Amino acid sequence: MSARTIIDKIWDAHQVRAETDATPGILYVDLHLIHEVTTPQAFAELRARGLGVRRPDRVLATLDHSTPTLPAAADGTRPYASPEAAHQVAQLEANCAEFGIALNGWDSPHRGIVHVIGPELGATQPGMTIVCGDSHTATHGAFGALAFGIGTTEVGHVLATQCLLQRKPRTFAIHLDGRLRPGVGAKDLILHVIGAIGVGGGTGHVIEYRGSAIEALSMEQRMTVCNMSIEAGARAGLIAPDETTFAYLQGRPRAPQGEAWTRAVAAWRELASDPGARYDREIRIDAAAIGPTISYGTHPGMVTPIGAPIPLARDAQEAKALDYMRFAGGRALTGEPVDVVFVGSCTNSRLSDLREAADVLRGRRVAAGVRMLVVPGSVAIKHAAEAEGLDAVFRAAGAEWRDAGCSMCIGMNGDIAEPGQLVVSTSNRNFEGRQGPGARTVLASPRVAATAAVAGRIADPDAVLEDAA
Amino acid sequence: MKPLNRVRSRTAVLPFENIDTDRIIPARFLTTTERVGLGRHAFNDWRYAADGAPDPAFPLNAPEAKGCAILIAGRNFGCGSSREHAPWALLDYGIGAVISSEIADIFRSNALKNGLLAIVLPPDQHAELLAQPGIELDIDIAASTITLPDGRVFAFALDGFARHCLLNGIDQLGFLLDAEAAIGAFERRADPHRPSLENPA
Repeated sequence: MSARTIIDKIWDAHQVRAETDATPGILYVDLHLIHEVTTPQAFAELRARGLGVRRPDRVLATLDHSTPTLPAAADGTRPYASPEAAHQVAQLEANCAEFGIALNGWDSPHRGIVHVIGPELGATQPGMTIVCGDSHTATHGAFGALAFGIGTTEVGHVLATQCLLQRKPRTFAIHLDGRLRPGVGAKDLILHVIGAIGVGGGTGHVIEYRGSAIEALSMEQRMTVCNMSIEAGARAGLIAPDETTFAYLQGRPRAPQGEAWTRAVAAWRELASDPGARYDREIRIDAAAIGPTISYGTHPGMVTPIGAPIPLARDAQEAKALDYMRFAGGRALTGEPVDVVFVGSCTNSRLSDLREAADVLRGRRVAAGVRMLVVPGSVAIKHAAEAEGLDAVFRAAGAEWRDAGCSMCIGMNGDIAEPGQLVVSTSNRNFEGRQGPGARTVLASPRVAATAAVAGRIADPDAVLEDAA
Repeated sequence: MKPLNRVRSRTAVLPFENIDTDRIIPARFLTTTERVGLGRHAFNDWRYAADGAPDPAFPLNAPEAKGCAILIAGRNFGCGSSREHAPWALLDYGIGAVISSEIADIFRSNALKNGLLAIVLPPDQHAELLAQPGIELDIDIAASTITLPDGRVFAFALDGFARHCLLNGIDQLGFLLDAEAAIGAFERRADPHRPSLENPA
């Protein structure tokens, strides 16, 4: 057989029926992640047609988007943003009960953002096909899985048949060689990549991130990178599994155990792209040249090194974006006053992200007039962070320490910014109104976001933190 | 899904690039558990001013855009979230076809599964349509062509299976349900590259 990429290998291994000119292929799905927002209409369809869920054991269900991040009242009442949000959560609880799906719900120690808990439980494994009615499903690609977002109609297809009709996507290798500079992390790297290839640069493709800079990343950092593949238009992004991957997974509750673990690792070692495998597209980026990177516009491709003057608007589109952001082309964003800082989301809410933010906040205060929200990605992360005292660091600095959920990344649960407020956010989308109508979003790493919180303005961590030391 | 073989309408134009699905339907309206009724919130934060009145600056609020079922949008339409609420909202609003020079993968897939035509044209043809709001187009799905008022015809690519489903109102779930025997056989076949999924203890 000719040399194959990891994408080819996973695709080939999941073909129930190969595609033809007349029909797409039938692709088997190993793991289906579901949450409350994109499933009610799919369950209604099953009910209307008298269908069951084919493999409830391959469904991982949780509550994350519409869930309040403030605790329940003494009588158990939860502070939902609206009756509709409460109804949506109750609907998933009822649907899971009716269709025999185990739900990681309110009382579960495993509840959290669906893209955080899959890896945490060891349910996300190399070589799998993983789908979810959520575009940030690419997060799971960090483990060498082919993971992508689908619509609600397709959620229904997977619930009923465990399969999807798909044509094979094109392959795109992004080589990142060189060492990241100290203080530069996965978020800076992926924002830089999206800026380089553009928000539509990955359309129709699955990206494989390769090279020494990628191999050096921890699993949590790899998840941050793969998570934002969709912001470049790619449905999926993945990284070949290696010792870092296996070390992360070993012993997790849903990972193979004992003999099965040994067999699984042996199979996973075969997944990496063969030498000489051909991609439809390849580019190379020097990782050593990447600095702390933030967004300045209204899509994630409008990014800049933090201290650099932002580009002048080249067309009406960019002028409109700068106008919305109230930024002037040709000037650096450092010094811009900040209203809100959000640390959280499936991009940056894992324990290492919280530590990165806490390292900046320890012994410092959130600037007067700035509201800072820290939202762990899962109940387990919340407990782990509290066990090592991170919550105390955040509270002492004047930040709000919340319960797990998507929170202000998407603002469905009522955690939103006010019109016109500038939010420095560790999330993934800076679209107009994403964090509340009229809210302005600057995407950044946890380190840059926490620095903005203490400085009260956008600031280069290397400059500010050294000054204070 | 109803069979669909033609969309004929005047065009409305949103000349902006990268219109994301948060623009099409803001997240706070996703708490619905229904497919219907989202049309009144399509482009909500663009369409309505802060006081809730229609914003005259939004192109689709112009009197001449009323009733237009064909939307010509800037490059990379539908990027961002996978929310199928975006095509549901557009259909409910009265849009039957979206034409751009680039359409995001998940949006396009979702649109076609709901009978919303998502058509990609080469940049020059796209630019011509962007520049002429209000012209009458005749989209023929079987032929995969768009006929302009001057009689010129733009051909577009449409996956054969998607076209077949649109023309015949076929719901793709039925196609998968018919493959039950093949799916069962696949599940029984040992495959070292397909990891088992252990149940939680």
